[in-house]
Amino acid sequence: MSLESMLVVAAVLFCVGLYGALARRNFIAVLMSIELMFNGVNLTLVAMGRWLAPYAVQDALSAVLTGQVFAVFIITVAAAEIALGLGIVFAMFRNTESVDLTDAAAMRH
Amino acid sequence: MLSEALVWAIFLLPVASFLLIGGVIRPLGPSVAKAAGYVTILALGVGFVLSLWLLRSHAHGVVYDFAPHLWLNLAPGASVQMGLLLDPLTNVMLVVVTGVSLMVQIYSMGYMDGDESFARYYAYMSLFSASMIGLVLASNIVQMYVFWELVGLSSYLLIGFWHDRPSAAAAAKKAFIITRIGDVGFLLAIIFLFFQADDFAAQGLNALHIPDIWTAAAPIAAGGAGIVAGGALLWLCLGLFAGAAGKSGQFPLHTWLPDAMEGPTPVSALIHAATMVAAGVFLVGRFFPVFSESEGAMMVVALIGAFTAVFAATMGLAANDIKRVMAYSTVSQLGYMMAALGIGAYNAALFHLFTHAFFKALLFLGAGSVNHAAGTFNMMYMGGLRKAMPFTYWLTVIGALSLVGIFPLAGFWSKDEILLEAWLGTGAVETSVSLLVFVLLLVGVLLTAFYSFRMVHLTFHGEFRGGGEQELHDCEEAGQPAPTGVSHHVHLGESPWWMVGPMVFLGISAVIAGWVANPIGVKSVFGLIPSHWLTDYFASGLHDGHHAPPFSIAMAVISNVVALAGIGLAVLTYAWPRGFTNTDPLTRGGIIHAVLAQRYYLDHLYEGVIVGRVFYRVVAAVTDWFDRNIVDGIVGLTGWISRNVGSLIALAQNGQVQTYPLVAALGGLVIIVLYLILG
Repeated sequence: MSLESMLVVAAVLFCVGLYGALARRNFIAVLMSIELMFNGVNLTLVAMGRWLAPYAVQDALSAVLTGQVFAVFIITVAAAEIALGLGIVFAMFRNTESVDLTDAAAMRH
Repeated sequence: MLSEALVWAIFLLPVASFLLIGGVIRPLGPSVAKAAGYVTILALGVGFVLSLWLLRSHAHGVVYDFAPHLWLNLAPGASVQMGLLLDPLTNVMLVVVTGVSLMVQIYSMGYMDGDESFARYYAYMSLFSASMIGLVLASNIVQMYVFWELVGLSSYLLIGFWHDRPSAAAAAKKAFIITRIGDVGFLLAIIFLFFQADDFAAQGLNALHIPDIWTAAAPIAAGGAGIVAGGALLWLCLGLFAGAAGKSGQFPLHTWLPDAMEGPTPVSALIHAATMVAAGVFLVGRFFPVFSESEGAMMVVALIGAFTAVFAATMGLAANDIKRVMAYSTVSQLGYMMAALGIGAYNAALFHLFTHAFFKALLFLGAGSVNHAAGTFNMMYMGGLRKAMPFTYWLTVIGALSLVGIFPLAGFWSKDEILLEAWLGTGAVETSVSLLVFVLLLVGVLLTAFYSFRMVHLTFHGEFRGGGEQELHDCEEAGQPAPTGVSHHVHLGESPWWMVGPMVFLGISAVIAGWVANPIGVKSVFGLIPSHWLTDYFASGLHDGHHAPPFSIAMAVISNVVALAGIGLAVLTYAWPRGFTNTDPLTRGGIIHAVLAQRYYLDHLYEGVIVGRVFYRVVAAVTDWFDRNIVDGIVGLTGWISRNVGSLIALAQNGQVQTYPLVAALGGLVIIVLYLILG
């Protein structure tokens, strides 16, 4: 598979996620969309990591696996982020009986 | 031969006295206030002795050339230094300043006795004397300017010494502001010199060092540096002269001097005889080598001086306040000195400054003594004091005769020399100018004689007209507010010895100072002092100082006849009509008298028209409008803009959590698009 096709898939994933994050009203759906964006980014990193591997200095494992390491790192952070996000969703639902983001406008001017 | 430290001591002793009185004696309270007087007298006494010693050794050929101490090195060719410039002018001025000041301090022990601010008075007096001594010693123009302004400051403090009197506070302010107008000229002259620093540096000179300025003004042909010449030289001189005119009360900046009479009388004596007003003449004398290179500047100095001499004397004719008469007399005599400097008679002018210091101090101390007895300064309420105060009477008459210039008193010799130089001309200005000066000064002699003896008659002759008590009574009847400084305390009798003693010393000086210091027409006095000693000594301070002309009997006769004519007129006007009571016969002069009594309406012009109309209504009104509308408007507009832009931007803060990333995403998009287009 060429690098371009992988980057196109990654870009599509990112944009679909972005659209969801900006347009959906359901908080949980927004969190899911953010996960899509993360995965678009992860796919880019892995694809670039693989593409750059032949150019990396021999016997320098870290240089070869930089993209992959980043992807694993982001997956971890995303797990933590989703745990926090769901906690906020619970707190919001307890207070307002709603998970609609447009209802959470108490911080307006 | 004095060491440098001893010369500095002349200046530092009054400074120490000021600090001691201000820091220690005054805080200790009134019980030790007398000590302030003794400290000041001691400091000035030692200074006087040192000054005499300095003058004597310098006149005997000891060369005093101390290297100045660097203070600030502003630029190549412009260093501010603290130095001593010991030439004949400085040495004689030192003797005059410390001598007259010493007499005034002794006199003040009696005059200011019982004043609740006795210690403060002496602190100011020490500062005043110290500033004046610092001024005459200065070798650097910036050093000179520092003391010049200190003299202005201390005169402000002393004129407004009784600051609870509104008139004294106003007079102090007026003196300060009007002299400051002249000082702008002086400051501009210094700034001009500073900007010539490169030219000075190229010749190895210092643009702020006074002897270097002399060299710079002299043309190369005469051995000078020729740095400043032509129009620039004229403006430099006029700037210096503006400062001198402000301090010395020359027309049109003379109006502060009569008002300065609001201070205690010994202060007036000091201001008028030795310190403040002499500073202006001293400044022109100090820069005489510069002035004499510019004929235009000399002409301005000569004509303004001569005009002031006559102009001030006419105002003295119609003044009723004894101290104001003296004040106009001082302005007039300073006019003589300026005129003499202007026509190139450097040594005659300084000789007159020397003699004037003694007889004018004497006259002021006499006026203070009279006030001590009569409780007022208004001559219309005096009269007949001759019998009650014989010492004051005779000493005042001596002072007046000396002022008028009657042979052989001190004032005669110096005034005669000025007249003679004006008549013969010195080549410094056109003959027509010096002849015009001569005519004006001769008219001045007549007027001087008239107002002096008008003063003597109104004060001492005839019947006593009630003094301060009567004046307060009259004011009450007329429903006018009582003039300041008038008291019910009338006791006809001689003043205490603290006051008479210094007057006797000054009286003796007023008689002999002329022919002892500068014998004219004889070979020498007691075989000690050669003919024309003082004027030749002054001339030795200049490169091309010319010698005084030989004594002319014809000129002496002319000036004495004119003076006696003036005295005769005064006697005819005031002594002859026996019935004279409270109305001045001169009021029959009608409109002329009114104009003179109103001081040519110049005060009205300055205060009513220039300050009141032009300044308050135009300048102040415009700046006020500008401040209220433009400056405040800009401040207000800044706040208004911030407030409104803030509330506009606040609309974007809608609390919708998805709007913010939307904006961020669009922003990112814009950056990417721009990068693609431009990158």
